[in-house]
Amino acid sequence: MAERCAVIGAGQTKHAAKREDVSIAGLVREAAERALEDAAMDWGDIDAVVIGKAPDMFEGVMMPELYLAPALGAVGKPMVRVHTAGSVGGSTAIVAAHLVTSGVHRRVLTVAFEKQSDSDAMWALSVPQPFSAPLLAGAGGYFAPIIRAYMRRSGAPDHIGIVVAVKDRKQALKNPYAHLHIEDISFEMVRDSIMLWDPIRYLETCPSSDGAAAMVLADEDCAAASPRRPAWVHGMAMRSEPTMFAGRDQVNPQAGRDCAADVYAQAGITDPRSQIDVAEVYVPFSWYEPMWLENLGFAPDGEGWKLTDSGATALDGGDIPWNCSGGVLSSNPIGASGMLRFLEVALQVRGQAGAHQVDGVRRALGHAYGGGSQFFSMWVLGTEKP
Amino acid sequence: MTDATSTGQEPVAIMESPIHVDYRFTAGLAQSRFLKGLSQGRFLGQRCPRCHKVYVPPRGSCPTDGVPTTDEVELSNQGTVTTYCVVNVPFQGQSIEIPYICAQILLDGANLAFMGLIQEIAADQVRMGMRVEAVWVPPEELGPTMASVRHFRPTGEPDADYESFKEYL
Repeated sequence: MAERCAVIGAGQTKHAAKREDVSIAGLVREAAERALEDAAMDWGDIDAVVIGKAPDMFEGVMMPELYLAPALGAVGKPMVRVHTAGSVGGSTAIVAAHLVTSGVHRRVLTVAFEKQSDSDAMWALSVPQPFSAPLLAGAGGYFAPIIRAYMRRSGAPDHIGIVVAVKDRKQALKNPYAHLHIEDISFEMVRDSIMLWDPIRYLETCPSSDGAAAMVLADEDCAAASPRRPAWVHGMAMRSEPTMFAGRDQVNPQAGRDCAADVYAQAGITDPRSQIDVAEVYVPFSWYEPMWLENLGFAPDGEGWKLTDSGATALDGGDIPWNCSGGVLSSNPIGASGMLRFLEVALQVRGQAGAHQVDGVRRALGHAYGGGSQFFSMWVLGTEKP
Repeated sequence: MTDATSTGQEPVAIMESPIHVDYRFTAGLAQSRFLKGLSQGRFLGQRCPRCHKVYVPPRGSCPTDGVPTTDEVELSNQGTVTTYCVVNVPFQGQSIEIPYICAQILLDGANLAFMGLIQEIAADQVRMGMRVEAVWVPPEELGPTMASVRHFRPTGEPDADYESFKEYL
């Protein structure tokens, strides 16, 4: 990395099933204004805008970034759209950070969004193909067999998915921006919810949300002039792999392991569990917590579920809290979901997470994945200048 | 013009405008062979000349080695359920009664599983490793589409050993 880069502003919307009070433009502007306010900046201070969202089919608006330029103060400025399926929020932030580390720009606004209520993302993901049977029934139908394979391979007991679903929803109660606030969430409530795609229960899945996230990224001089503590980028990486190839490990994808190894090497991390204080990891179905604990090197292969079961990943009493914000299980504006993971760790590093703040955070991991577990983006932020 | 408030009506916040897209799909050489095979009641795959893995449906090239897969292989009508889920979600255009089993099926001789429907067995009786066979539509209904395979059903053979398919998960 040539130039240093830091997060100096962060903003998000209140996420909800339907944000009928705003258009897409109003939604992204809400998050961007909050990020600018946090950075004590105005629209004119921004050099470039990098925006991301999931496939255009999700709202049925082709290339929405074109019409969003005025709402984001991007008229007459460079504007870039990033597109890497569900991981896009993470990779959008990384592209924006690269514009700073490369020395091209000094202050970059990055934004990601989804307005799921404008369309039907679940069925936009299940378009009929001429050479395969029309069986998929949304993302859950794709991931459920992979989760079953994980359960078989690791010998994990059935209740692990329930433990994660309860933990993340309880943590969401401490995050005013979270979509789901299920006050009486309990083990029994999740256990007794309908099996949508056996082994995935209804309450073990993420909601469909409207929402946006935005951050201001800046170089060293701008960060020094910023009124609040910067969160420094210690490492960032993206990886991808094909959806299908013989010998592919769908449970523990190579691209995810490679991406983690790259970002850890940049950040000088050799033992993630002891060296990372808090993580926001893309867990849209509860079983993905133990699966990613292994993929990201927090637990040996086959033992991620033991970490979850021990309470290690809980905000309340865990040594490596995951998804203190409530995670994707509590808010899922798809295109923004990855950026929210990246943004939430910036809040943790800057001490701005409020009721879901972990004490003494020095280093944090933000993670996103997308497609058929084939696109990965991650960054590590820290309080110290790298 | 009168605005919504003066007429006492709610303002229009959302307008539904369904989008319908028809597209012409060019299958290419490898998938054309596969689709023609389906119209004859056969599964045709292709083998990579370098790693010798068999792909069905074939993609025309090996994603790992990046070379054309020119060697055609006819696969068995039988295979193994590597993993599966029970779908309980009703959806648009659904022709199958829920709950149904959506399974990853590894045909004998293939190195990649594909998704298929399991029928003729209760949903709670399906297992990883279960042996299944394709049930084709009657010969006069066969065509260049996956719909030529009506579903898969249990063969009644003993389940495959986990070790034999664990590399395909």
